Amino acid sequence: MLKLSVRRRQGAFQLDVDLAAGAGVTALYGRSGSGKTSVINMVAGLARPDSGRIEVDGKVLFDSAAGIDLAPERRRLGYVFQEHRLFPHLSVRGNLVFGRNRLPAAERGVDFDQVVEVLGIGSLLDRRPANLSGGEKQRVAIGRALLASPRILLMDEPLAALDSARKAELLPFIATLSRRFAIPILYVSHAMDEVLRLADTLALMDAGRVAVAGPLERLMADPALRPLTGRYEAGAVVSAIVASHDAAYGVSRLSFAGGTLLVSRNDFPVGAKVRVRIHARDIAIAIDPPERVSIRNVLPAVVSSVTPADSFLVDVVLSCGGAPLWVQITALAQAQLGLVPGMRVHALIKALTIARGDVAGHEDP
Amino acid sequence: MTPLEIEALGLSLLVSGWAVAGSLPLGLACAWLLARCDFPGKAVVDGLIHLPLVLPPVVVGYVLLVVLGRRGVVGSWLFDWFGVTIAFTWKGAAIASAVIAFPLMVRAIRLSLEGVDRGLEQAARTLGCGPVRTFFSVTLPLMLPGVLTGVILSFARSLSEFGATITFVSNIPGETRTLPIALYALTQTPGGDAAALRLCVISVVVAFAALLASELLSRRLQARLKA
Repeated sequence: MLKLSVRRRQGAFQLDVDLAAGAGVTALYGRSGSGKTSVINMVAGLARPDSGRIEVDGKVLFDSAAGIDLAPERRRLGYVFQEHRLFPHLSVRGNLVFGRNRLPAAERGVDFDQVVEVLGIGSLLDRRPANLSGGEKQRVAIGRALLASPRILLMDEPLAALDSARKAELLPFIATLSRRFAIPILYVSHAMDEVLRLADTLALMDAGRVAVAGPLERLMADPALRPLTGRYEAGAVVSAIVASHDAAYGVSRLSFAGGTLLVSRNDFPVGAKVRVRIHARDIAIAIDPPERVSIRNVLPAVVSSVTPADSFLVDVVLSCGGAPLWVQITALAQAQLGLVPGMRVHALIKALTIARGDVAGHEDP
Repeated sequence: MTPLEIEALGLSLLVSGWAVAGSLPLGLACAWLLARCDFPGKAVVDGLIHLPLVLPPVVVGYVLLVVLGRRGVVGSWLFDWFGVTIAFTWKGAAIASAVIAFPLMVRAIRLSLEGVDRGLEQAARTLGCGPVRTFFSVTLPLMLPGVLTGVILSFARSLSEFGATITFVSNIPGETRTLPIALYALTQTPGGDAAALRLCVISVVVAFAALLASELLSRRLQARLKA
């Protein structure tokens, strides 16, 4: 558990951050220049807060009031940088054991062979970093940080320097890391697709502060946070469990708080926990349940809020058995339907609009 | 080679070897100071370190004589307390060479230090290395090619040192008569031309071998970092 409350002035920029990060992946999301990297550097001890307190698992790393400021090497944190920062004069093996060798044997909680296997770097051990591809380098860098048996793993946009193919290859690794090694991760990113895939908890940063933090599903369904989550297609994220596959029709059934969701066929095993992204533009609202309609998902819901987005669009949030769904309708539709909070309606979602890419595996932390 | 040539060559290698070995730790420290630290008067320190590069070597030799000579400020103290004499000995020749070659060494090391990615040092810190350990396990290996260049350059410069040496420790056979000094003495001797020419060739060969060795070693080190 990371608890942090720090202030730091950087030129004309004022950072004032309060944040708690527990088990699983906490994503620190914000646009470039919002101070994300500074936060992670202060946790690592590479930047010094002007004042405040940083604590991990009850161990105080920094406390301006008590005059505590542990050196980076005494903080026991793993840091994966945006650029891999592997030591060019050491082999992959030498890099991997670099931090581990500085630990007393009793404190080496992470197993070397397991890390090598999970990251698939067994064949690279005797190579030098200069001979590795970008994705391989970053995997070795992750292994190096993990093998230092850190209290928490800090990742500063570890995929930003990679092309999309490498990124797609690394994302599943990162998604399983926190659970497999029981290490919480603080993940800094300005790419919403990574955040949606990885984060359990989302902290939205804006102009040097954490504007809001909470479970990803709740934050993503909140149109009021649109300016912060922005730059990404509007939509809600719901947690679901794969209920069945229907190979004959090429569809899968997912069960979630609001009922059963029919989506395009995916490859997750039955029973797998997944996260589904439903775009706000792909949902329609009907007051009466339509009959004889092609739309496969007709879900009873209650209107939670109705907010004009601009002069032509209205954001409507529905509660579908407790799961928030974000719907965008035209102002004209709203004028005719007259939606108000508390109204019972039906959310209509075409199965086809939820494609493979919108469903991602996601175990609980 | 004649006994005189062997003696002069051996003495040159001894003097230069000690000059480099003795000044390397100080060279590393000065390079670190100039590359990594900011302090008032840094320009003055920088200037002082580089002064021997532009001063006539005779001036350096004379200053050394005044300071380290038997009656010099430091020299008399050294003699009284430790019975050590520096002026007119091979140790004095090594010191003169070291002072003259020092700027070359510092420059090369400083450049390589400035080329080291501080991000790698930060990474080492987050992996549990204190500052000293980080220096020896990351910084120093990465700047090794530059250190090597500095060592060879200053070694070669020491081999060719003449002005400061002859002023400070004079020309004493078997003690301070290094290659350049033996060569100079021969050119002043009637009929010494042939012998002087032989010494010339020896000087060129030794200096060239040093440069070549440095280039080869440096290439191998660079290749190790890249491959």
